[in-house]
Amino acid sequence: MFRKKNYLALGAVTLLALLILSLPPRVTAHLKLTIGSLFLPLFGLANTTQQLPADLADSVLPRRELLQQIDRLRRENDQYKALAVQTAAIARENDQLRSLFGWQQQAPWKLKLANVVMRDPANWWRTVQIDLGSRDGLRENLPVLTAEGLVGRVSSVGLTRSQVVLIGDPNCHVSALVENPAHDTGIVNASGPLDTSLVDLTYLSGSASLKPGQNVFTSGLGGVFPKGIPVGQVVDSRPVEFGLYTEARVKLSANLGALEQVWVLFP
Amino acid sequence: MNPFRTILILVAAFLAVFGEATLPVLHHWLGAQVDLLPVLMVYAALTADIATVSLLAVLGGLWFDALSANPLGISILPLFAVGFLISFRRDLILRELAFAQFVLGTTASAIVPVLSILLLLTAGKQPLLGWGSIWQWLVMTAGGAAATPFVFALFNWCDRSLGYQPRIEPGFRPDREIRRGRI
Repeated sequence: MFRKKNYLALGAVTLLALLILSLPPRVTAHLKLTIGSLFLPLFGLANTTQQLPADLADSVLPRRELLQQIDRLRRENDQYKALAVQTAAIARENDQLRSLFGWQQQAPWKLKLANVVMRDPANWWRTVQIDLGSRDGLRENLPVLTAEGLVGRVSSVGLTRSQVVLIGDPNCHVSALVENPAHDTGIVNASGPLDTSLVDLTYLSGSASLKPGQNVFTSGLGGVFPKGIPVGQVVDSRPVEFGLYTEARVKLSANLGALEQVWVLFP
Repeated sequence: MNPFRTILILVAAFLAVFGEATLPVLHHWLGAQVDLLPVLMVYAALTADIATVSLLAVLGGLWFDALSANPLGISILPLFAVGFLISFRRDLILRELAFAQFVLGTTASAIVPVLSILLLLTAGKQPLLGWGSIWQWLVMTAGGAAATPFVFALFNWCDRSLGYQPRIEPGFRPDREIRRGRI
């Protein structure tokens, strides 16, 4: 009898797993978000718990230190205001030159700040979840970055949360160009499962002249990532497939191992 | 069937998945996250019935896949395979021994990720694999092995403290009392 129960369970679980695996991707995505929403109360609880020590520390901070911080922030704010005025002038000049050449005008970036709420529990994916969703206007394939550089792209969107596939994951390919005289372009691919700070820049031309320390930016090709987002710096390069093309290792500008807040870019 | 034990195992699985997703301390230090679901499956397979094993495989797998980039349902079969095999032979396993728990935890923690990767590759997905994956696999195996005796101890303590305890029959039976007279 016990054995029969075992085999019945084996059949039922196998059937259920196969049924779930064969569901259409759209249904699976909705199901994933629904099941993931079960964790929302725990996310709230965890956030409150993490916030509590910071709040306590804030409440006991001396007045003198707070005044010093305000003073420093005011000075920084003034510097940034001056910088913004200068940037606006440069942008106007850029627009005028672009209109003279008949080039398309560049639209300013719109950014939205998001908190990283969790990382992928599986070791074989590199994704995070952020606390913005479709109600905040997010949609698939929006670029995600930090002040340092590119982080990844939005891969799936729920009502209040979204999944971001990080640069270096096999599902996130980025067209990038190297800041050298030839402007060599390649594809940023996954490097290895352990080091999150390194990625491979592949399919560079065989004659590419790469030097360590050269900056790598998004090329704007592919239509997902706008041109000019910093990706990282070249570490080293080597010829691949008997010199048919060159591959380089790139150290990412953004620290993917310690992401707390990211910007979602609306191009 | 003891429903308290089933509920306890499922709650632990829910919290374990949440913890793996929100506490990346081990990932920072060792480059890999330890998965506690195989460990819980070993406990469930040795102490609970097949219904609990099935529930843990289905719900644990779905919770894990919902927070991960895995296709939904891919983790169910590896977990259930391990649970089924252990529960099939559980009468022959000395489950009270810490060494047996350690060995089973090692085996389960080693098999589940390998089966998951094989299923992912079979489904045509491209997980992030490389030489570093061997290190991650070793960390997952060692972490699961080390956690298994602690999980058993924790659950046994919870069971004793919170669970239903069967009433112990006293040796005295009124129907067997020898009634004596005055002398």
